[in-house]
Amino acid sequence: MTSPANVARENDTITTGFPVAGEPRFESIDSVRQGLASVDYLADEGIAGVVYLADRLAKPVLVEGPAGTGKTELAKSVARLTGSRLIRLQCYEGLDESKALYEWNYKKQLLRIQAGSDQAWQELEEDIFSEEFLLARPLLEAIRSPDPVVLLIDEVDRVELETEALLLEILSEYQVSIPELGTVRATRIPLVFLTSNNTRELSEALKRRCLYLHIDYPQLDRERAIVETRVPGISAALADQVARIVRSLRTLELKKHPSVSETLDWARTLVVLGVESIDAERARETLNILLKYQSDIDRAAKELAGVELTD
Amino acid sequence: MLDLLTGFVAELRAAGIPVSLTEHLDAAEAMRHVPLEDREGLKYALGASLVKSSTHWRAYETTFEIYFSLRGPEYRIAESELEEEGEQSDENDAAKLAGRGTGKGRGEGGGGGQEGMSPEELAELLYKALLGANDAMISAVARHAVARYAGMEPGRPVGGTYYLYRTLRNLDLDRILDRLLEDARVASTSPATSDPGAGPEADIGGQVTFTALEERLLRDEFQSRIDQLRHEIENEIRRRLVADRGSEALAKSLRKPLPEDVDVMHATRDEMALLKKALQPLSRKLAVRLARKRRHGRKGPLDFRSTVRHSLSTGGVPLEPKFRYPRPAKPEIVVIADISGSVASFARFTLHLVHAISSQFSKVRSFVFIDGIDEVTRFFENADDPADAVHRINTEADVIWVDGHSDYGHALTVFWERWGEEITPRTSVLLLGDARNNYHASQAWVVKELQDRARRVYWLNPEPRAYWNSGDSIVGEYGVHCDSVIECRTLRQLEYFVGELA
Repeated sequence: MTSPANVARENDTITTGFPVAGEPRFESIDSVRQGLASVDYLADEGIAGVVYLADRLAKPVLVEGPAGTGKTELAKSVARLTGSRLIRLQCYEGLDESKALYEWNYKKQLLRIQAGSDQAWQELEEDIFSEEFLLARPLLEAIRSPDPVVLLIDEVDRVELETEALLLEILSEYQVSIPELGTVRATRIPLVFLTSNNTRELSEALKRRCLYLHIDYPQLDRERAIVETRVPGISAALADQVARIVRSLRTLELKKHPSVSETLDWARTLVVLGVESIDAERARETLNILLKYQSDIDRAAKELAGVELTD
Repeated sequence: MLDLLTGFVAELRAAGIPVSLTEHLDAAEAMRHVPLEDREGLKYALGASLVKSSTHWRAYETTFEIYFSLRGPEYRIAESELEEEGEQSDENDAAKLAGRGTGKGRGEGGGGGQEGMSPEELAELLYKALLGANDAMISAVARHAVARYAGMEPGRPVGGTYYLYRTLRNLDLDRILDRLLEDARVASTSPATSDPGAGPEADIGGQVTFTALEERLLRDEFQSRIDQLRHEIENEIRRRLVADRGSEALAKSLRKPLPEDVDVMHATRDEMALLKKALQPLSRKLAVRLARKRRHGRKGPLDFRSTVRHSLSTGGVPLEPKFRYPRPAKPEIVVIADISGSVASFARFTLHLVHAISSQFSKVRSFVFIDGIDEVTRFFENADDPADAVHRINTEADVIWVDGHSDYGHALTVFWERWGEEITPRTSVLLLGDARNNYHASQAWVVKELQDRARRVYWLNPEPRAYWNSGDSIVGEYGVHCDSVIECRTLRQLEYFVGELA
């Protein structure tokens, strides 16, 4: 399926100037990382590398990882960095073509028919299936936009397996086929990010078309740096302590480990409370920001208080 | 270069990672855009286009390290190590004496000339490297420790784990961890109430007073450094093995199964941790899938009565056929699991999985036995996390009758006497175990009775089929009375079975 399509695209680039990625957006992997850092997103080697490749290869990126590790934030930051508009398609069970791709504005069509009732049918038909009566939904909008665009397809694992097929044409060809109108091609290939929380396996067809990026919980150093950039007014010592405690918690067997966003919330809370340094007491009082299950909170409080230190 | 990539892809496929042709092409394209001397960059670039699942990442990483190690810059270090020794020995002495890891730059050379050091000195150096979190020094010590302790001989057909074990045993990391903690404790108590983060230990975490919390954080910090060391040692061993045997031969011997294919009965501790991690998303996915299966896509046979009745409104013409929508009854599940010794972990996984998707069954009851039998359903009822309940089973269930060796016969008899009445034609019974009965009486009649009364009786055996009925295994004796006996060694097999059950 895709390999002939690939060939076709290559031929097009040579002969007709098919819309490729245009000017590459990034110089090198390092420039991606620095750029992202300038918009307060601290990327590691893997993230920067994949974003860079996505731009060069004109391929969508499928981002997976635990909740709250900055998957959506990555797309937003890239949009900010490249000065593009962010178009977001939030997926849910029951999403269909008319909400993702396009829909005919049938009310307007009806009005048009009534207004021009004396016109010849042929003329009328051509008229009501023109772009004027087309309601662009996020995917089509991203394709048609003349400005640079970052397309974010959020939580793609929530749609049914069959609905995934809707995305395939866009992801590999950057075009949308509308039976009445023809094929709409991208004027400029957008950067596409798909995020998934991994509640089900995505289809092979979808995975094959994407670059894959798994964002895990960050290493200690990176998490500390994230806390320092994202939480204004936090002292280095406190940021360090926060990162350490969170790492400690992640080694426990919890139902839900604290995510980066929860770490940030916690750090902000501590700053607001005017905490200089965290002791067990403080930690226990504020654990409910970090952990969302009572059983987790109990266990973490017990562990942090050092009940089970012998192993 | 393309040949190299093709070989790499073949190696990945051999390791069990599915790589399609398109992905192969993408990887080739990706290679054009990444500077080849950037090894990490290349790793991520190839990974992004070749590996599409996070569970495969570890396997990918190992394969990458091995396959590209001969070509990597690190390889050269191994050769030049000997030459370095002479020139750097002065500096190394200095580094040795320089105290707690201040010689960040000098640490680089630390790997070279420690040939003359005694084990105590090496241990001391390691201790300092760990205390100071000196990356260069840690890797240098790792390199040296391997050279010294692993006792690697060219051409010896031993796996890397053997060398790893030898090295680690000699380093005695547990004692070092204790010592690090001990010293940190002393360091913090002597300047009684110092400022947070002040003093020479600032990089270990600001200690005000030494509370349990800080102790814990410190321990984690040191533990992570030690893990780093272990990682370095593994790398070093792998590098030397590659140099010895060539990457292709090594890739074959180091090929690790993916987490879902790991044999549960023989999993190492690391693999076990991975399995546990894999279990949670797996049970969640299974639950989602089963719920969907129940909701959608069930088309029953034609409902003739209803069709005729609806046809009356169209003058007796059956325009719209009506279908019967089957409402499958949710099955009742009774799990009876052997939790002795080697099959224990398997039983735990199964109990965890079955209870995690208990909403798909109308009722789940669990029993565990060794030679006595006990009902453990109550643990799962109160716990909102199956993992908790499984933990409680280990500590609280009353499963020892005489000597704590498996006695299937006795356990089954007791089960039949006490709970046999509660088995109904809607119950599916799952028996878990290797049926190694220590030559006790089998009492297979219980299984026969169960089969007569229950809807289905399944036996899940975590042993490979080849071992069945060898030694004291009498799975055949029970098996004749079961609807099916299933070999269930990996998470994948388990998931498949449970999915079919619901």
